[in-house]
Amino acid sequence: MILVIAALILWALMWTLNVRLANGDSAGSRTVQLLVPFIFGLTLLVMWELLVRGLRVPTVVLPAPSVIVERMSREGPTLWVDFQQTFLKGALGGYAIGVTAAFLTAILVDRFDFLRRGILPVGSFVAALPIVGTAPILVMWYGFDWHSKAAVVVLMVFFPMLVNIVAGLQDTSQMQRDLMKTYAASYWQGFLKLRLPAAMPFIFNGLKISSTLAMIGAIVAEFFGSPIVGMGFRISTSVGQLSLDMVWAEIVVAALAGSAFYGVVALIERRVTFWHPSQRR
Amino acid sequence: MPMTRTLLPVLTVVLAIVAFWYLAAIPMNIHFALTTAERAGEVVTPDDAATRRGMGGIALAVQNPGQWADTWAQDKPRLPAPHQVVAELWQTTVMQNVTSKRSLVYHGWVTLSATVVGFAIGTGLGILLAIGIVHFRAMDMSVMPWAIASQTIPILAIAPMIIVVLNSVGVQGLVPKAIISAYLSFFPVVVGMVKGLRSPDAMQFDLLKTYNASRSETFWKLRLPASAPYLFASLKVGIAASLVGAIVGELPTGAIRGLGARLLTGSYYGQTVQIWSALFATAILAAGLVAIVAGAERLTLKRMGLAR
Repeated sequence: MILVIAALILWALMWTLNVRLANGDSAGSRTVQLLVPFIFGLTLLVMWELLVRGLRVPTVVLPAPSVIVERMSREGPTLWVDFQQTFLKGALGGYAIGVTAAFLTAILVDRFDFLRRGILPVGSFVAALPIVGTAPILVMWYGFDWHSKAAVVVLMVFFPMLVNIVAGLQDTSQMQRDLMKTYAASYWQGFLKLRLPAAMPFIFNGLKISSTLAMIGAIVAEFFGSPIVGMGFRISTSVGQLSLDMVWAEIVVAALAGSAFYGVVALIERRVTFWHPSQRR
Repeated sequence: MPMTRTLLPVLTVVLAIVAFWYLAAIPMNIHFALTTAERAGEVVTPDDAATRRGMGGIALAVQNPGQWADTWAQDKPRLPAPHQVVAELWQTTVMQNVTSKRSLVYHGWVTLSATVVGFAIGTGLGILLAIGIVHFRAMDMSVMPWAIASQTIPILAIAPMIIVVLNSVGVQGLVPKAIISAYLSFFPVVVGMVKGLRSPDAMQFDLLKTYNASRSETFWKLRLPASAPYLFASLKVGIAASLVGAIVGELPTGAIRGLGARLLTGSYYGQTVQIWSALFATAILAAGLVAIVAGAERLTLKRMGLAR
């Protein structure tokens, strides 16, 4: 009971602190802007720990954060192997293939107006469909190993990427294209020096959306069959064994990998599209 | 005419996909077609099963043009032909009683109800949180970075856990799936709605200030109407995410009811036609849901005078 009360008091204290910080004079400064969400996250974490201990929540319902961290430190090698299988092979492999395929298709589509008008509506329609559903079919075709997971990821990232690249390649004004023409630029010169750079903001938007989709595809595809390794496999079997601390450990790894993936793409974007208004500071 | 301008290319692309599908079905299914033909006493080139196993599907297809028709009419093909999928869809929707467990309408309804309930909860909570974030600075600074970061992580991974944990405390059926759906639609709505509620420019806020408008008046007369386009954009993302959530939520409980269950049992028993028809059912459902939201969007924005 004391722990529960402690949690509530902690919440009240931290919230007052955050309100003070947010409405204080230095609210605009970088430190405070990082500090406030950090305090909030930390408070939630500590409250979780205190409430789970105070209310004696069984581990099979919700393990305390300390238990999860302890499990993570114990299962390091397993987590690493799963990470390799699902993220490095399944998600990244599929992502690379899917993005490359979408890029090549986009260049082809872009050259023929008829094709573009036909594929864009179909592509944006398919991009809205629940493509994870193809996982059982692809697992049947490509076997249990990471190849089938990569195939799911390819399908998931292909259409959002295609739509974004094609839309991006259209994003030049008549004036700009005319200028290229007065320079007697060939198709490829115009493509490399004008249209591809102009398409970059769209392409990176697609890359960022796809980075999340790739993680989801690789994990969910493992629910339909996998070798005895992989994050999705570990999640579904650990859930079956009711060892929820392991499930949470995998989720932490997935969350870290997902945001790191997204962060890397966003970093490259800042380098490549430094000229775009959205990147100005 | 913009309609005919896109219609012809789209039809061409769709036809090309269907044609490719039929073509692809030949090498995909040729191995089994040749085995059955051989058992029936027909002559197939290489007449040795072991040699055939080592050969690629395309090479076999080229050598046995007589068996092509067979590849489009198998019971458990690796790739069912389009007409088989359509026939199965017709069989399991129109020809079945909707309460039957063989009816895709029944399974679709199970998934749809969880999706819609979850979507409603997620959207409602998302809008409430967004209103809080816009009005309270502390809430904005504490919660918003986490809401944005949460979009980069594969939240779907927690679906099996939610299902099993709730199952162990006695909650099952629609509620756990709805929770996953709600969770998935929640964050897109929060992020979009916050953007929308902040979209009026300083001039408009100043005008309301000169009218001496209170905070709630500003909210109802300026912020909320201005957020409508942003809200609908995230609703379209949210409903699609909700459907995926409901489908994945049906996987870990051993799969009894719902479209996700159809996918899983199909993959257990190698019923490829069933998988494909369930897949098309989810696609139709997703397209229908997005179309409904898009229709509501067009109607609302038109009445508000915001439509382009």
